[in-house]
Amino acid sequence: MKQKSVAVVGAAETTRMGKIPDVSVIGLHADAALNAMKDAGLKPSDIDGVATAGISPVELAHYLGITPTYADGTSVGGCSFMLHVRHAAAAINEGLAKTILITHGESGRSRVGAGGFGRAPSSLMGQFEMPYGVTSPPTMFTVPVLRYMKTYGVTEEDLANVAVVQREWAALNPRASFKDPITVNDVLNSPMIAWPFRMLMCCLVTDGGGALILTSAERAKDFPQKPVYILGTGESVETPMVSQMEDFTSSKAFRVSGKKAFDEAGIKHSDVDHLMIYDAFAHLPLYGLEDLGFVKPGEAKDFINERNTAIGGKLPLNTNGGGLSYMHSGMYGMYALQESVRQMRGIAPAQVKDAKISVAHGVGGMFAASGTVVFTNEA
Amino acid sequence: MPPRILPEPTPETRHFWDGCREGELRLQRCTECKHSYFPPRAFCPKCASREVEVYPASGKAVLYSYVINHRPRPDMGTEPYAIAVVQLDEGPRMMTNIVGCPQTPEALVLDMPVKVTFEKQNDDITLPFFEPAKA
Repeated sequence: MKQKSVAVVGAAETTRMGKIPDVSVIGLHADAALNAMKDAGLKPSDIDGVATAGISPVELAHYLGITPTYADGTSVGGCSFMLHVRHAAAAINEGLAKTILITHGESGRSRVGAGGFGRAPSSLMGQFEMPYGVTSPPTMFTVPVLRYMKTYGVTEEDLANVAVVQREWAALNPRASFKDPITVNDVLNSPMIAWPFRMLMCCLVTDGGGALILTSAERAKDFPQKPVYILGTGESVETPMVSQMEDFTSSKAFRVSGKKAFDEAGIKHSDVDHLMIYDAFAHLPLYGLEDLGFVKPGEAKDFINERNTAIGGKLPLNTNGGGLSYMHSGMYGMYALQESVRQMRGIAPAQVKDAKISVAHGVGGMFAASGTVVFTNEA
Repeated sequence: MPPRILPEPTPETRHFWDGCREGELRLQRCTECKHSYFPPRAFCPKCASREVEVYPASGKAVLYSYVINHRPRPDMGTEPYAIAVVQLDEGPRMMTNIVGCPQTPEALVLDMPVKVTFEKQNDDITLPFFEPAKA
């Protein structure tokens, strides 16, 4: 895509987050959408493009009273919203729509108006993974990790420290679900979920949502908020079955999506001031740092242990507290994008001083898909 | 305990499940580029040739990676169990359970040799599991 040709002009999360038993899934989408429209000074009749995952863009458009000329229902898991941003940027450049709304809402904890997590027994996953006792993501996303740990000498302490460092960021965020400091020992003494994963190495399960509004950079100047420009984007998919990943120590989808986004943006790793890596589990930031090329394979644990991603470090990572401590309704990619936008607007609770480039990198399914967006606040 | 969640074969995978019922782990191989692959499909995922054949695998593998699920799915009983991936001698990897040994990190050592064993679930479906190979 053409660099900085499209900008985020509206961004907001749901009014409340955490436990919201009185709002259904579609209600969370709408709450986030209304907040983002208010942020951008727009009404539903000003929106001519919609994109969402989890629910259909048809449901979204009808519920909000939008008559779109563009609808994107790409649904590849938690990074779907990164792909929506990418597709929306291309669509705006091509003239398919002028003002595109992207929403997420999920009643992950309260399950109000939420669907199930089942897989058809005739699908490949239903035939070749479900019979062996996999349940929810904690027993699937984690399956490759012992191989990664053996290959690079990564310890349970290293995994635990990922959660510890992110909790330090969460402490700065009033909206974070968990703010109290934790130690490596606390993580290693938390309940066993799926060895080697303890509870505090797994993301939260909460209710919430978020929404973004994109338009052309040219129009963005007339909106109330400081525009946040799209500098580069990437996406890829690999496999619906975690057991069939090509390499258990590295995500092909991460590598392809990340390289595409960095190439499009024309940036070097040292240009990145702020980074979000979707952390459904503690190993995701390790894979992400390596597969995006910030460090070499096997070096991410030391990079985090040496506090490069912590407060005051050279690469602030997951500054909202991440899926491990901030919130995780099921498809966390939207919240990673929201934090990148806040950082680029200069209004994040844990604001990175003078940050000019932010990268939001998402995962979908169990290393099934990936999307990457590079933002900048410089026109 | 609810009945175990079982696969529902499709025309493309039928040979695999028939093989398990008959005590044979069946893989597919491209007759042009010789690539062995899993899960089943009617063409080679490496070169896209439709000229593929079904053949019996050796059943030999190594333990490649796993987790031990401490929150058992209701149909899997009440004790923690390993959800494993094995690397077959022929190349492909597959998810399975490791049977015939304790479900502990001490007993389940990466790269240990394992071999296939079959467990009948009903008249149609037999699941392939793996057990430690005797030295």
